Amino acid sequence: MKTILYLLQKEFIQVMRNKTMLIMIFILPLVQLLILVNAATFEMKNIDTYVVDKDLSSTSREMINKFQGSPFYNITGRSFDKSLGEKKLLTDEADLIITIPSSFEHDLRKEGKADVQLIINAINGSAAGLINAYTTAVIADYNQNIISNWLNPHESGSSNPIEMNYSYWYNPEMNYEVYMVPGILVILVTVISLFLTAINIVREKEMGTIEQINVTPIKKYQFITGKLLPFLVIALIELTIGLIIGKLLFNVPMVGNLWLLFGFTIIYLLVILGFGLFLSEISDSQQQVMFVVFFFMLVFILMSGIFTPTESMPDWANYVNVINPIAYFMEVIRMILLKGSGFKDILSEFFSLSIYAMLILGLAVRMYRKTS
Amino acid sequence: MKRFVGFMKKEFIHIFRDVRTLLILFGMPVAQILIFGYVITNEIKEAQIAVYDRSKDDITQEITDKLGASGYFRVSKIIHHEAEIEETFKQGEIKEIVIFEQDFGKKLINNNSPQIQLLLDATDANMANLLQNYTSGIIRDYSQNIKLKQINVPVIQAKPRMVFNNELKGVYMFVPGTMALILMIVTAMMTSISISREKEMGSMEVLLVSPLRSFQIILGKVAPYVLLAFLNGVVIILLGYFVFDMPINGSWVLLLAETLLYIIMALSLGILISTVSNTQEVAMFISMFALLLPTMLLSGFIFPVENMPWPLQWLSTVIPAKYFIILIKDIMIKGTGLAFVWKETLVLVGMTLIFIIVSIRKFKIRLE
Repeated sequence: MKTILYLLQKEFIQVMRNKTMLIMIFILPLVQLLILVNAATFEMKNIDTYVVDKDLSSTSREMINKFQGSPFYNITGRSFDKSLGEKKLLTDEADLIITIPSSFEHDLRKEGKADVQLIINAINGSAAGLINAYTTAVIADYNQNIISNWLNPHESGSSNPIEMNYSYWYNPEMNYEVYMVPGILVILVTVISLFLTAINIVREKEMGTIEQINVTPIKKYQFITGKLLPFLVIALIELTIGLIIGKLLFNVPMVGNLWLLFGFTIIYLLVILGFGLFLSEISDSQQQVMFVVFFFMLVFILMSGIFTPTESMPDWANYVNVINPIAYFMEVIRMILLKGSGFKDILSEFFSLSIYAMLILGLAVRMYRKTS
Repeated sequence: MKRFVGFMKKEFIHIFRDVRTLLILFGMPVAQILIFGYVITNEIKEAQIAVYDRSKDDITQEITDKLGASGYFRVSKIIHHEAEIEETFKQGEIKEIVIFEQDFGKKLINNNSPQIQLLLDATDANMANLLQNYTSGIIRDYSQNIKLKQINVPVIQAKPRMVFNNELKGVYMFVPGTMALILMIVTAMMTSISISREKEMGSMEVLLVSPLRSFQIILGKVAPYVLLAFLNGVVIILLGYFVFDMPINGSWVLLLAETLLYIIMALSLGILISTVSNTQEVAMFISMFALLLPTMLLSGFIFPVENMPWPLQWLSTVIPAKYFIILIKDIMIKGTGLAFVWKETLVLVGMTLIFIIVSIRKFKIRLE
């Protein structure tokens, strides 16, 4: 026991005396959390719109006014020339061109039907889908206006054949930060603990200092514990600060039991640390281990469901995610914090990660040899 | 000159004997492109929804079928009791529940405006927003058709046309994004680590006392990485082109030239990082940690910059990847030439110069 304590002391001194690393470990991730959480939104605001109104009738103007009044649209130019609008599309000064043909009002009155052409920059497919949905909704809304204006009420019946209302559960204000804070927090905690562990042992190898430890009577498990515990503690501190920031600044609801979250985090970190240890044992240089870790991390992060839910991924991706520790944690942290899921709800993730932790740590301990 | 060639040879050998790192270097873009191509899509395709039909008549059935037939949704659960709703959301698979009120069909026939309620699991607000918009679009359409059948009323119809990408494919976003991310991180990380490694090992001293000039040392160290990163970029372009049908409407030469410019920019950033870090660990943390998330989130790769709050939009102007992504999209998809992208090109050139000048100022010939 005393041996482990000395080892721990050594590791902590090593981390704490390097001021640059301290900034990297504690300040940088939290600054990123503060700033980047705001970036992750698909909500469309300021859709740059170019209007080609060839009709200039009262109907067409009234419809354009609807767009102007909406906070989502930002009318950047008007003319009678569609090709001018298309040029704006090419230079990214417009995302949407609304073209109203010259016979617009005439058609509407005589034939009861008129077309409006929308040209949407669709390089970003999902944004284009949303622009289309918003715009059609504005036009449909205007249709209702026309119907109630042109016909007398009892003839038209109710203005809306079917009424719709929405309610957003768990997040009624549609606050996407609330979803992103746990996600980015997971990434930061993972990056820190995985890289620190992975580099640590390789550096001892590269520097040759590992030989000095190998000749001492320190046991394998003592050595491994001494290497892992400091990073576990650092990661937990990181998570705690991150949660406090999330609570105070982003108002992330913490519905579930925080002890449960910390308990689960410890198991998750054991997997991550074991993984880092394992990778560092099979690598020869810091450079090599960094690239290997970077590779796994990027793949794991992207597949974890931070940006897109894992449910919408193909089956094979979900099979790959069985060995992706980040995917488990990403799911569980959001479940506990946002939905208040209890131990019963995360049982299967809990067992999977526990088994994972045992396997990977076991492997890491076996792989570590004191003699070459 | 001969000395310099010899030194460069040494660097090449250093890099190419480490097969594992090389494998990772070339495996990384391939894996990322495949993940984006097949796994991560923001498109709504067969999203699972549940229906709680308290009316169970022909009309509710018709609307349910319409939702299912749209291709966006799959009705994977029928709910029978109020109590099941919460349960369904807690399990997490289903993100939307459509509720028809009682006597839905009857009310519709009597012109009584029946109600449809959409419940959305908004833990992922972005997803909830998309789902809600798509669902209400379908229902609105249905509702308008009923109206048209009842009486002859005038309607304005929107005719959308999606330009540049009429199938709304995701590849148009992720190929440029992946290039920007991978080239940035890999180049900056490789360069900064390899220089700070010499410092950490003490072998920098050996190099500094050699007759090589300091710029030769740096040039020799980074030259192999230019080649590697460039090959990496070409691999990504080819994968996009052959596997995912990413078009290359503009000039190949311009595309490759801009890629090279971006790599040199990332490289100078790497050199700058190495001048402020003494160990590989620090170099790695700066180049990985400080670059990964900002490049991913502030460059317009995943989330459009225009939607962000203005301080972030302002901050995004210093993210080089942002300009590169605009360049690549313009050249590959819109097929525009230098006349359209000269501004972005100038910004990248400017950044490169700044990084190089600052590095030269900070580069220390003597070790402390």
